Amino acid sequence: MTDAPILEVRDLAKAYGARIGCVDISFDLWAGEVLAVVGESGSGKTTLLSCLSTRLAADRGSVVYAMRDGSRRDLSTMREAERRFLMRTDWGFVHQNPADGLRMGVSAGANVGERLMAVGDRHYGHIRGTALDWLDRVEIDADRIDDRPRAFSGGMRQRLQIARNLVTSPRLVFMDEPTGGLDVSVQARLLDLMRGLVRDLGLSVIIVTHDLAVARLLSHRIMVMKEGRVIEHGLTDRVLDDPREPYTQLLVSSIPQA
Amino acid sequence: MIPLSVRDIAKTFVMHLRGGLRLPVFSGLSFEVDRGECLVLGGPSGVGKSSILKMLYGNYGVDAGEILVAHRGGLIDLARALPREVIDIRRLSLGYVSQFLRAIPRVSAVDIVADPLIGSGIDRDEATARAEAALARLNLPRDLWTLPPATFSGGEQQRVNIARGFISDHPILLLDEPTASLDAANRAVVVDMIEEKKAAGVALIGIFHDEDVRDRVASRVVDVSRYSARGVR
Repeated sequence: MTDAPILEVRDLAKAYGARIGCVDISFDLWAGEVLAVVGESGSGKTTLLSCLSTRLAADRGSVVYAMRDGSRRDLSTMREAERRFLMRTDWGFVHQNPADGLRMGVSAGANVGERLMAVGDRHYGHIRGTALDWLDRVEIDADRIDDRPRAFSGGMRQRLQIARNLVTSPRLVFMDEPTGGLDVSVQARLLDLMRGLVRDLGLSVIIVTHDLAVARLLSHRIMVMKEGRVIEHGLTDRVLDDPREPYTQLLVSSIPQA
Repeated sequence: MIPLSVRDIAKTFVMHLRGGLRLPVFSGLSFEVDRGECLVLGGPSGVGKSSILKMLYGNYGVDAGEILVAHRGGLIDLARALPREVIDIRRLSLGYVSQFLRAIPRVSAVDIVADPLIGSGIDRDEATARAEAALARLNLPRDLWTLPPATFSGGEQQRVNIARGFISDHPILLLDEPTASLDAANRAVVVDMIEEKKAAGVALIGIFHDEDVRDRVASRVVDVSRYSARGVR
């Protein structure tokens, strides 16, 4: 166990006019931890994810990130170029809709290779070799490397998006409903794949999901959100097996089997 | 250092969906378990024995009291530990054989069993070899090893679960009716496995419905109904 969190969030808030997006959000994320943010649509979980990943500017509060060199930086004081570099290298963002995270007009190999070039890799043979290795890790056949993602099924696109995100060995990955919209059998394969990768790579992950079974399978910790606030937060097993708050009890009792 | 001591635990469930109904489970619950002994939780069915194991493993929170676990050379109160501390305790110090296997889609029986070893840093090949040996010992047919256990029978799933729970070298092991759906031959295997854990200095806490198994493995029996907040029914 390391002695400093990779991400420290304090009093984060974001409003849309008079409407609360999220408010009073404080937590630490540690290296290798998977945190699931659950709640119904409109509970503020996607707003929170957007603020954390600096895709959306928060109204107040701070998000401090432990950089690779050990320095601790408040994301709101970073220059735009620095943030973009962080997003391309040290972080990943897996969107619910793969088309939002992939370039649909270029090949699978280029989608993966592009992120490597962003960190300075210029050797074609090395880039292609690494891309092939990553396609294999996400169970995409090598002979599809020159196909565009348009020709892929939904599950394959999502696996390609994961490969594109992980190829630069990020330390922190944000995921927004990564299994949403997929068939159950495709979901199972993706979950199994993600579970293995998260463990093997020691990734820190913040995953937004409304699916408590996904949270159970992937996460160490759960934050339950309602109306923009965190109403319950704890070890995943504890929150799901012994929910305290009325809303959490309702969520847990509303699923067939979690 | 005592591997596990429970002091003055109290637990009440509050059912908000049923008008805030309060269901007290225990109060003043205290016991400890030493190295090499198997403490059996006794008392009538429905008194909350499985709930105790879930509290000890951190799945249920407690309202008061301490659960002191020997971990990384010190004592840590699991009732107040942070999630990442609980996970570290589970990884290194505290194992649990639940009543039912929680099958993971697409993951084979042998990988489910090997998983805790890999999590504790053991190399994949060695972990797989040990998992196969454990499944063989529990007489799980070899052609099932590479299949996900979701379609297995209750007894087959339970043997996968037992293999997974016993494979690690956790110094404390919680057992929730591990022999419930097993035939006599496999029950005997589990009894042997428990005896081996005791001989290795592991502290065990278990619930056993089967009297024969209980009599053979128990070092002591604690009747938990005297701590029950509901009284004996």
